[in-house]
Amino acid sequence: MSKYKVNLKINNIPISVDEGTTILDAARELNFKIPTLCHHDDLCVAGNCRVCVVEQKGARLLPASCATPVSEGMEIQTNSLKVRQARKHIVELLLSEHNADCTKCFKNGYCELQDMSNDYRIGDHIFLDLVMDKDKELDISSPSIEKDDSKCIRCQRCVRTCANMQYVSALAVTHKGNNMRISTFLDKPMNDVVCTNCGQCINRCPTAALTERNYIDEVFDAIYDPNKFVVVQTAPATRVAIGEEFGMEPGTRATGKMVAALRRLGFDKVLDTDFTADLTIMEEGTELLTRLKEALVDGKEVALPMLTSCSPGWIKFQEHLYPDLLDNLSTCKSPQQMFGPLAKTYYAEKVNKNPADMVVVSIMPCTAKKFEAERPEMRGSGYKDVDYVLTTRELGRMIRQAGIDFDKLEDEKYDSILGESTGAAVIFGATGGVMEAALRTAYELVTGREVPFTNLNIKPIRGMEGVKEASVKIKDVKPEWSFLEGVELNVAIAHGLVNAKILMDKIRAGEANHHFIEIMACPSGCIGGGGQPMPTNMEIRKKRAAGIYEEDEAMVIRKSHENPEVAEIYKSFLHEPLGHRSHDLLHTHYTPRKRH
Amino acid sequence: MTRIKELVKEQAEKHGRERTSLMPILQAVVRSEHYLSEEAMIAIAEELDLSTADVFGTASFYTFLDTVHRGKYIIRVCKTITCHMKGKDEIIRTISDILKIKLGETTTDSRFSLLQANCLGWCHKGPVMLINDEVYPEITPEKTSEIINEYLKKK
Repeated sequence: MSKYKVNLKINNIPISVDEGTTILDAARELNFKIPTLCHHDDLCVAGNCRVCVVEQKGARLLPASCATPVSEGMEIQTNSLKVRQARKHIVELLLSEHNADCTKCFKNGYCELQDMSNDYRIGDHIFLDLVMDKDKELDISSPSIEKDDSKCIRCQRCVRTCANMQYVSALAVTHKGNNMRISTFLDKPMNDVVCTNCGQCINRCPTAALTERNYIDEVFDAIYDPNKFVVVQTAPATRVAIGEEFGMEPGTRATGKMVAALRRLGFDKVLDTDFTADLTIMEEGTELLTRLKEALVDGKEVALPMLTSCSPGWIKFQEHLYPDLLDNLSTCKSPQQMFGPLAKTYYAEKVNKNPADMVVVSIMPCTAKKFEAERPEMRGSGYKDVDYVLTTRELGRMIRQAGIDFDKLEDEKYDSILGESTGAAVIFGATGGVMEAALRTAYELVTGREVPFTNLNIKPIRGMEGVKEASVKIKDVKPEWSFLEGVELNVAIAHGLVNAKILMDKIRAGEANHHFIEIMACPSGCIGGGGQPMPTNMEIRKKRAAGIYEEDEAMVIRKSHENPEVAEIYKSFLHEPLGHRSHDLLHTHYTPRKRH
Repeated sequence: MTRIKELVKEQAEKHGRERTSLMPILQAVVRSEHYLSEEAMIAIAEELDLSTADVFGTASFYTFLDTVHRGKYIIRVCKTITCHMKGKDEIIRTISDILKIKLGETTTDSRFSLLQANCLGWCHKGPVMLINDEVYPEITPEKTSEIINEYLKKK
């Protein structure tokens, strides 16, 4: 389809843009930044906050630039006196309905509304204080997400995120006029509604109406308790994002600095979730091959395609929306929850510690991991396997609180054991990564040869397309895998729950021909997780993904089954994938939940 | 299947299961049940494959789609300026005295609810009240007690 060009002038500068471009985007092309609040690059147009108004020659009213497409001959001023005055009043009006308790606020310094008030030097409040729900108690029912209605400016980014990106709609616009608010069904507590805890709403909330439950003080208390042995694990996606908390470019590989910072914070041992990511590949890969064998050789009724189970937001989504397909979900715990019980059994024994005195902390790009750690079944070690889960953002705050000059830190290495990992583990952080890691191992296990892709990079399953599909032809297999000779292994990958729904509906309808499907709740996978630094958009997520793949290529070992610590743990402790101990510590079951 | 679920299903058969079918179904449930209970909203969400928060969001927008328990006869007295000047407060007091309920309340036998409404478009004949779909213009306290007493005689 050919695009018509539209000619207009912005601040007296002529520009020609594609038909349908908004005034906001046209201005961006000329490097004029128009302030926005309800607008978000990941979301559909709302046009309700009005801060992006501009002056259009000949028009009586000021159009919202985010919601108005350009037209031929338009003349726009983005910073005229009229615009400046209107914009100031609009920000003042928003503030009159916002609990501007900034010094106490978790988002102090990270709040888009605060930034804007600062930019426009909003001083005396000229409008009446109309803050709703000031005395309403915070909703802290969820272990993942905190909801403070008094901070909400009703921009509806969260509502659009939950509906359009995640197909959940736990939050909706309710009531009307001055009573309009963002609410759950009948204003029930967040923990009692269909919320996956993915935290994508938090990532897009311009204020602190939605934030993660933070556990920083609890973790510092544990660190300073001389009787506690505190170990920390770091998820793959955190290492390419933590730098953003300190002004580095998105995607900067800061693994070594993060390890150094964690040591300086006083953690007794700095270990890596990447180790259990490698272990996940061994367990999940074996589970897949076992299912295939049962289906192809034994002729058993086996739930295929098998679905990955690393993403706790995805798991809760499936429990609510597709409980009939829970048998398809791999029984493997997520890498975080494999780490916990191993730390309190295998590792505790190795370092001669009483697991009762151990505290396991996770640094995760994820808010759903906080909920996951609280699941009653996550006590394989006999203790709570993972005690506290912090987001990448919370870690950033801890490092700042401790006065650690992050960008000047020298790189350090993870402690051993439970610190060794491979390139296959780090790519868990990007969409398609678990699948790629699994293929690298499974293909080699079955054929004795490396996957037939240049330099192990399985490019067809990388990238940001919502649903990706690929086939790998398996041939010349080892004798013990003869039933797989000539099999075309069909795989699919989805990220963002709205894309997961597409694949799940296909499976439910019996139209999916896949054997193995990777699903991540968050857009772009864990690098776009609900606990990652803000802001977020596709460009930032692409940079983080690039960081992940660079990290992979820089690793000496790039296949999970070649991780020497993985070999060792099977030799001395687990004995075999899907074995008795694995079953007790590394596998789990799921709970069907109500759709409504 | 409960009565409410059956009702919702029947309405969905009639109006369809598109998002645009939501309003007529909500209205039908309110006509039959006087308000939208939690059970009713869940049933509608299930039937139309919507989230319950979405159903609640739409229902809570409209004054005439109640989401809290209401009586069989919902009395709405117009609260806007003309009716106010023509003595709507006295009307409310009269109803309150007869039914022993305050504004926003429902009688314990679930027969009457007393509410205020925004302009009902009868400014020339205020004060005005609405009992379910029936309009009563130019009422006085005396007329009001007659009307309410008539309703009390009904089943």
